[in-house]
Amino acid sequence: MIDDLAVEAADLAVEAAGLEKSYGSERVLAGLDLRVPAAHCYALLGPNGAGKTTTVRILATLVRPDAGRATVAGCDLLADRAGLRSRISLSGQYAALDGLQTGAENLRMVARLAGVPRRQAGRRSAELLERFGLSDVAGKRVASYSGGLRRRLDLAASLVSEPSVIFLDEPTTGLDLPSRLTLWEVIGELRSTGMTVFLTTQYLEEADHLADTIGVINAGRVVAEGSPRELKQRVGSRRLELTLTSRPAFDEVARAAARRIVSADGGRLSVSVATDGSAAQVRDLLDSLDPAREAIASFAVRSATLDDVFLALTRPSAKEAISV
Amino acid sequence: MSDTAIAGPGPSARVIAFPAMAARCLRLSSRSIDALMTSLVLPVILMLLFVYVFGGAMSAGGGNYVSYLVPGVLLLCAGFGAANTAVSVSQDMAGGIVDRFRSLDVPGRAILAGHVAASIVRNTASTALVLGVAFLIGFRPHASAAGWVTAAGVLLLFVLAISWLAATAGLLARSAEAAGGFTFLVMFLPYPSSTFVPIRTMPGWLQGFARNQPVTPVVETMRGLLLGTPVGAAPWRALAWCAGILLVSAAASGLLFRLRTR
Repeated sequence: MIDDLAVEAADLAVEAAGLEKSYGSERVLAGLDLRVPAAHCYALLGPNGAGKTTTVRILATLVRPDAGRATVAGCDLLADRAGLRSRISLSGQYAALDGLQTGAENLRMVARLAGVPRRQAGRRSAELLERFGLSDVAGKRVASYSGGLRRRLDLAASLVSEPSVIFLDEPTTGLDLPSRLTLWEVIGELRSTGMTVFLTTQYLEEADHLADTIGVINAGRVVAEGSPRELKQRVGSRRLELTLTSRPAFDEVARAAARRIVSADGGRLSVSVATDGSAAQVRDLLDSLDPAREAIASFAVRSATLDDVFLALTRPSAKEAISV
Repeated sequence: MSDTAIAGPGPSARVIAFPAMAARCLRLSSRSIDALMTSLVLPVILMLLFVYVFGGAMSAGGGNYVSYLVPGVLLLCAGFGAANTAVSVSQDMAGGIVDRFRSLDVPGRAILAGHVAASIVRNTASTALVLGVAFLIGFRPHASAAGWVTAAGVLLLFVLAISWLAATAGLLARSAEAAGGFTFLVMFLPYPSSTFVPIRTMPGWLQGFARNQPVTPVVETMRGLLLGTPVGAAPWRALAWCAGILLVSAAASGLLFRLRTR
């Protein structure tokens, strides 16, 4: 039993329990717990102001928590800050690079600061530039880089110290679609090298694409945790939006749909229910909710948004439905 | 313990941090056109302005005003250049880069010391430039080799003290603009001192301040070393001022850095 626990603890790259942080009267983290297995990609998914950045900054030792404890890469957050810092890297929301230095100079500087000897620093920097497709712009000042190039260079800079855990705070926020896809590819590669990737995002699609485990954060707490598939099963990846013919029809359908309901608006006679979006399921739903084919005037299928996930996860009945 | 050393930045990385930061800061200031203009060209313009605009009126009183002026102008320029450290420190603090440095376990004092070191190199260059131009327009010092070396040492100490003070101000400022305000404060300090005019020509209420502020003893010391004027207790008071500013700034900046990065 004790052996089991020890093995399990050793396999966790990040373990946080009861993290709390307030700024003035504003409570940003309200007892946050999470566990990230080593070599996993974990996405902390939540809206602006949910506490994502604060969580990452605490785990990367940049901010001290008011309460709670955490272990990252085997090092205690408070007792072994130096050890922890030597095993992690952080790529923040704003690319932390010098605009007046070239890409290569930035990387060499980071390598030197990470304790890499001068000769190796040049080599390491060249390797990373090559790997991230930045060799062409290596000699140009970062101030002239596009947003996507900057983020890629920032990511490269985070890898200079060969961390075992890397934190990426909203890595693709503000990027255009092609840059986002390139970055997804790069992050996917990191994961395949056995590194633990901890990222935050406000895009369900991004978490779905990259993460092995998604933690949904709301008001400073992780309100749900699971693989993208599990979460989608709990919440539904798509929405079937129904417009009803009358108020009695609305009541009837709302009652029949019960726990599948994500949102309902009696005034507009609309009901939204979770579905996987398959033709078979949509057909079944329409038939079972409205066997007489009189109540539903029209329907539409759309992707679940982050709002839907939150609605589903924070509604009391839904919470009950998803608790494991 | 040994585990930490193997895994990455152990003590050696902390030793490397300071020269690496200094090299970075120097590279940044050599590439910032603004910084180059303010730290190299502006001092020369200031000196020419004083010598040619005010110089005529001043030398009516007799004596060589250029020679009287140059030690003070060297000081004014160095102080002004050093004060610019506030701007670069506040830029680092406002941008995300300080987070990267901290997650690389670069100590706060290495970051600040890097800026101070760059400031010293910058100001050595600008002082050499100002001195060169001063010779061209008629500065005729009569100092011994020892006098020159000592004067350089005094100036260095002054730049060091003002640079640390500026780094502290940069930590306090929430924006580069606010940090720029500190630069002006330092730039105006030489006016109510013996830099441009003898203190005895000032109104009585100002004389008290002029005699008891840091620039006056430093200027008097420089003048004594380069021109052979009597210095009295000025060198000791200059030393005390500089050492005091340095100590207070070093302590305050360490504290402020921890507060800003909590």
